[in-house]
Amino acid sequence: MASQDAAPKLYAAQEPIFPKRVKGPFRNFKWALMIFTLGVYYITPWIRWDRGPSLPDQAVLVDLANRRFFFFWIEIWPHEFYFVAGLLIMAGLGLFLFTSALGRVWCGYACPQTVWTDLFYTVERWIEGDRNARLRLWKQKWDFRKWRLRVTKWIVWLLIAVATGGAWVFYFADAPTLLRDLLTGQAAFVAYATVGILTATTFIFGGFAREQICIYACPWPRIQAAMMDEHTITVAYRDWRGEPRGKGKKRREMAEAAIESSRLAGPTIRGTEPGATSAPEVEAPGDCIDCMACVNVCPMGIDIRDGQQMECITCALCIDACDEIMDKVGKPRGLIDYLALTDEANERAGNTKVPVMRHILRPRTLIYTALWSAIGVGLIVALFIRSEIDLTVAQVRNPQFVTLSDGSVRNTYDIRIRNMTAADATFRIGLTSDDVLRVDLEGSQDLMVEVPADETLLQRVYVIARPEDAASGRERTDFRFWVEEFGTEERAFGDTTFFGRGQQ
Amino acid sequence: MTDKPQHPEEQVLQEGDPDTTGHSWDGIKEFNNPLPRWWLWCFYLTIIWGVAYTVLYPAWPGISGATAGVLGYSTRAEVAEEIERFDALNADLRTELTEVELASVTRDDTPELYNFALQAGAATFTTWCSQCHGEGAAGVQAAGYPNLLDDDWLWGGSLEDIQMTIAHGIRNEDDPDARWSEMTAFEGILSDEEIAQVVNYAMALSDEDGDGVNASNHAYDTTLAGTGENVFLDNCAACHGDAGDGDRFLGAPNLTDAIWLYGGSAEAVEETVRHSRFGVMPAWSGRLSEAEVNATALYVHSLGGGE
Repeated sequence: MASQDAAPKLYAAQEPIFPKRVKGPFRNFKWALMIFTLGVYYITPWIRWDRGPSLPDQAVLVDLANRRFFFFWIEIWPHEFYFVAGLLIMAGLGLFLFTSALGRVWCGYACPQTVWTDLFYTVERWIEGDRNARLRLWKQKWDFRKWRLRVTKWIVWLLIAVATGGAWVFYFADAPTLLRDLLTGQAAFVAYATVGILTATTFIFGGFAREQICIYACPWPRIQAAMMDEHTITVAYRDWRGEPRGKGKKRREMAEAAIESSRLAGPTIRGTEPGATSAPEVEAPGDCIDCMACVNVCPMGIDIRDGQQMECITCALCIDACDEIMDKVGKPRGLIDYLALTDEANERAGNTKVPVMRHILRPRTLIYTALWSAIGVGLIVALFIRSEIDLTVAQVRNPQFVTLSDGSVRNTYDIRIRNMTAADATFRIGLTSDDVLRVDLEGSQDLMVEVPADETLLQRVYVIARPEDAASGRERTDFRFWVEEFGTEERAFGDTTFFGRGQQ
Repeated sequence: MTDKPQHPEEQVLQEGDPDTTGHSWDGIKEFNNPLPRWWLWCFYLTIIWGVAYTVLYPAWPGISGATAGVLGYSTRAEVAEEIERFDALNADLRTELTEVELASVTRDDTPELYNFALQAGAATFTTWCSQCHGEGAAGVQAAGYPNLLDDDWLWGGSLEDIQMTIAHGIRNEDDPDARWSEMTAFEGILSDEEIAQVVNYAMALSDEDGDGVNASNHAYDTTLAGTGENVFLDNCAACHGDAGDGDRFLGAPNLTDAIWLYGGSAEAVEETVRHSRFGVMPAWSGRLSEAEVNATALYVHSLGGGE
């Protein structure tokens, strides 16, 4: 009864994890990727790029105030936001592709949560020692030494967290200027707030929440199950090779019993009943010596030998750990390995190993790759054919038209010209129509307007139909505005309508 | 536990059950359970909150308004404060607008002042002018409210002329500086036949090719028009000019163009000749600040009709 009365727990208390240091190719790859991703993140805002006198010389800049996005030689304006949408779709498809081919490699190697947690673990190991030392420290009471180590660790974590939050804001403003403003207390409140929030999240998520974020907060582990199938390469334990596991004395006894058992069973002849069936059948011990190395190194705190688990981020540190042990005990590597589920039956039957590429290259991944590439190619094509000048035409319809003293009919339009080039440009405004219409600009004698670099200009334009033009008497006449960059072939146009007097 | 009744009709109280309220519906009895503590406290808290709120903020309606509240909170005061804040931000521009020569305020030379004037002028226009001249400034022909978008101006369309009109109004008895003119009502002075002649003559003034349809696309009687010239020269030319092209100093309309303030049909023109027209515009200099008047002049000038 007592157990029924207890309210069911929605959340398991965190069990502290003290991953052991590990060496091996996957660990090295993880180091390399960590250095690369963190390097890209911290350094990118500091890359300079000449953008002329009016703009900050920053290669990657999200200029929210002016709604411009600069990425090296590419400049994205708000109306070109489809580029961002396209990149997000590509990111999603890329995640599908990698997950269906290689499981949670994103989680294991590239996810910021993994990268920063790994970095925080490294700091922890430097300061507090490896697994056993940390375990001891965890259990001991809070004396001076423990306080000293903990506070040192927290300070280093905090410095990393501040640098992380700090790097983020540099993407949104000129980095050197912002750094100076941040240090002298002159930066905008939103900059400090952003740095503060990202510092707090980095410190808490990377230092304390760690694998709890992956297990409880992140939706991706749940979604990934739908992205994977039996051909997906994941980290798995060859239980057909490792079991039954055992170590030390128990293992020796197991081996002896197996030899004894086979001796009692006597020779067996294929296709006939074995001579002595009374003897108990005893299996020889598997390759797993139950050393717990794979469990001790796991940053998610799981035992991969229990089979596939939601928590596993396929970071392969257990593979490195196990291979090291296998080398020591003189067994072949690969007791824990990157495998597909279909490999199990195949290997149990003793068939040759299916090449990894056979698993990866299958319709599902090929379709993802095709979709991903198609969008990528589409975006690149769009990037090259997009016009650097553009205009939108808005007709003033209150009133629809004005009659002038000579009987002409005049319509008014607000034309917005975008100059996405890095230089000031002069544009000539004109129109094409089968009927003779005249253009006039508000506040300008000629038909030229100057638009500064990276700016838009709103220009009021009048279109006049003289009494003898057909358009003055007709109810509506379609025509096309165009702007031409002076001295170049660059043109842009916008279609609109002219309202005349109509039938009277 | 096992002998717990399965049907409400058989509900039997058991040991340890709370008291009932004595209410019973179809055999279902109502337990007299206390409200959860937290719920009760929240309830009390809302009462305290409600009372405190009505004390702190305006709440109880009275005869001449609601109680003011201890905090003195007022959304109106907040808005006023905001307006004051923005007014202070633009104070320099407003002062500049009263001191500068209006014609020198242009997009190219003084972009900041120009844009401020256009925005401020548009706001003033919407508030005070659009009732007669329309939101789009196209006027109302039937009522004789002039279209401010076209290129025809009774009293001149330069910045100074527009500014003068806004500041002092037209035919406005309250302002000695207002522009003033009055057309004679010719009913009784001219015979019906003469009126018909002069109406058609006036309409013909803007007919360049003489085909009986004038520039504003109104048909008229060419024979009557042919006989109207003398009537026109005797009675109308003093103000409208021998050629009928008007006089801006007097506010006499140009009759040779395609624009008719009150409409160019024969009926509308005859109405004008017989009974005259007397369009009045109020003076705004007393109501609007000098900066607002100037801003409105710049705005109206920018609408496409400015000279």
